[in-house]
Amino acid sequence: MTTTISAERATSASPAAAGPRRRGPSLERRRQRVGWLFVTPFLVIFALFLVFPLVYAFGMSLFTSTLATGTQFTGIANYVKAFTDPLFLEGLLRVAAYALVMIPIQLIVALAAALVLDTLATKLSQLSRLLIFAPYAIPVVIGALMWSFLYSPRFGPAGTLFDVVGLSTPEFLAADTIFGSLVNIVTWQWSGYYMVVIYAALRSIDPSVYEAARIDGANGWQTALRIKVPMISSSMVMVITFALIGTLQFFTEPTVLRNIAQGAIDAAYTPNMYAYALAFSYSQFNYASTIAFSLGVLVFAGSYLFLFLTRKQSGLK
Amino acid sequence: MTIASQTTRPRTDARTTVTGVPAREDRGAGRSRRTGGRRIGSHVFLVILAIYFVIPIWWLFVAATKSTAGLFSSPAFWFEDPINLFSNIAGLFTHQGGIYWRWLLNSFLYAFAAGIGATILSILAGYGFAKYRFRGRGVVFGVILGSIMVPLTALVIPTFMLLSQYGLINTPWAVILPSLLSPFGVYLMRVYTQDAVPDEMLEAARIDGAGEWRTFFQVALPLLKPAIVTVLLLSVVGTWNNFFLPLAVLTDPQLLPVTVGLNRWTALSNAGAGGEQVWNLITSGAFISVVPLILSFLFLQRYWQGGLAIGSVK
Repeated sequence: MTTTISAERATSASPAAAGPRRRGPSLERRRQRVGWLFVTPFLVIFALFLVFPLVYAFGMSLFTSTLATGTQFTGIANYVKAFTDPLFLEGLLRVAAYALVMIPIQLIVALAAALVLDTLATKLSQLSRLLIFAPYAIPVVIGALMWSFLYSPRFGPAGTLFDVVGLSTPEFLAADTIFGSLVNIVTWQWSGYYMVVIYAALRSIDPSVYEAARIDGANGWQTALRIKVPMISSSMVMVITFALIGTLQFFTEPTVLRNIAQGAIDAAYTPNMYAYALAFSYSQFNYASTIAFSLGVLVFAGSYLFLFLTRKQSGLK
Repeated sequence: MTIASQTTRPRTDARTTVTGVPAREDRGAGRSRRTGGRRIGSHVFLVILAIYFVIPIWWLFVAATKSTAGLFSSPAFWFEDPINLFSNIAGLFTHQGGIYWRWLLNSFLYAFAAGIGATILSILAGYGFAKYRFRGRGVVFGVILGSIMVPLTALVIPTFMLLSQYGLINTPWAVILPSLLSPFGVYLMRVYTQDAVPDEMLEAARIDGAGEWRTFFQVALPLLKPAIVTVLLLSVVGTWNNFFLPLAVLTDPQLLPVTVGLNRWTALSNAGAGGEQVWNLITSGAFISVVPLILSFLFLQRYWQGGLAIGSVK
């Protein structure tokens, strides 16, 4: 990323410097102005709804407001409180655990489906592709609602299924099973989207590569694992980065499931839920800002670190 | 990619392989003929996956046609004897004064206003970054790229506080304005514009006397259609799906989008108090709210499948 940008800057700087003095500067200045005009509308929104809220949250996090003392500047006290707050730390550990379990599962399902689809070109495989993608077209809230019905012992679809095979129905919404139940919802909702991204990348590989591999005696498995996967590693990195950013800010699914699994999911289940509860149930806006800002920084640092570690594979030198 | 397929074309028969795709399908068919066993295995694998992914949707469809009693008593994956879909829909018109339809309308309003707005901003910015060399461009674009990694939900609470200072809480603007932000859309548009709009073409238009805006509208815009559809689809779906933001900035029931509204009904039904058990309305309401998205994905298949590739190839 950085190389392309700096290279472009280098080439863009030189014609301006070496160009003809007579008409160059005015035309160049006009073009510069038009360029800014094109990007300004977005930059206004960017400033108002990204930069400003971040600065504002950071500012809020440096103050503490209590009924007794009013609003006081307390410096990093809120951060000290946050990073020693067991509720926040547990939430962080929990989303980290979700990331560790959920992302590999989604990636394996998506990659396996995409690789199989890439070798088949039948009507049945086209239909499967659409059906696997279908959950992405369902809003996350509706998806979570549907699964909360399916998990519910009162509505019983799971009960019917497990009766057929003669097993007792497991509790999907108990404290020790809710982790797996949430992993299942997220896998169901997102794998299809990742599958389509990976599939699109596979379709863009030049077929002559496979020809060469076949002549060299590679079988289907070898072609898939040693040629296709390395060649699409940049889209895999992209998919993992998006999954990482999404998982660390986990909010919607546990919030919806909380309606039905009160005991298993508490108000501080994930850092985002904690920030929401602090702000809207306890009106602790300063501390909520601290949690939100800390989470933002941690997610940014985590995804940046991941991109840095995979810079070779991603082609983003 | 375009250049690659053009250079390989002369080597093969131009009539049969215009792009790489038909050639690949031939090759795939040839290979699978030799390994028929694996082909069956692959299909079985796909069918199992498809069933897993589609069965909850089938359940929702079936459940939408049931009465509340039927939801508890009839087989989960098959229809109840009298189909109650229409009485459920009628129920949606009467429950709480038909507020469900208001919610659905709100969802459409928010999603399209924000989606169209975000797309326009992304097109302009992407084109500006791709085709103009102005001072500070590299730095500004670098910041935007980095901001893709800023988790948007971390912005919800400070955004709520900012909006409340300007009295915008509990107005449609509280959902629409923050949803106009789409750094990823800008990135996609820039990447796409760079390839799809040749500099030579813009120069030619300028030499012919077209101004910068005319060049943009008449030369560049038509070439950007696939990327425009993709960014529009992604931002409409993004706003339609957003739950955290409307949950935080809207409390007036009349203003809720359908997702937050249905979640509210479930919370009330689960609480069990006050006889608010409207499970049949929740399932049919959820199903009806899902239909427009499923249909638009079906009809726009060509666009989103091609469009997602823009993001992945780079």
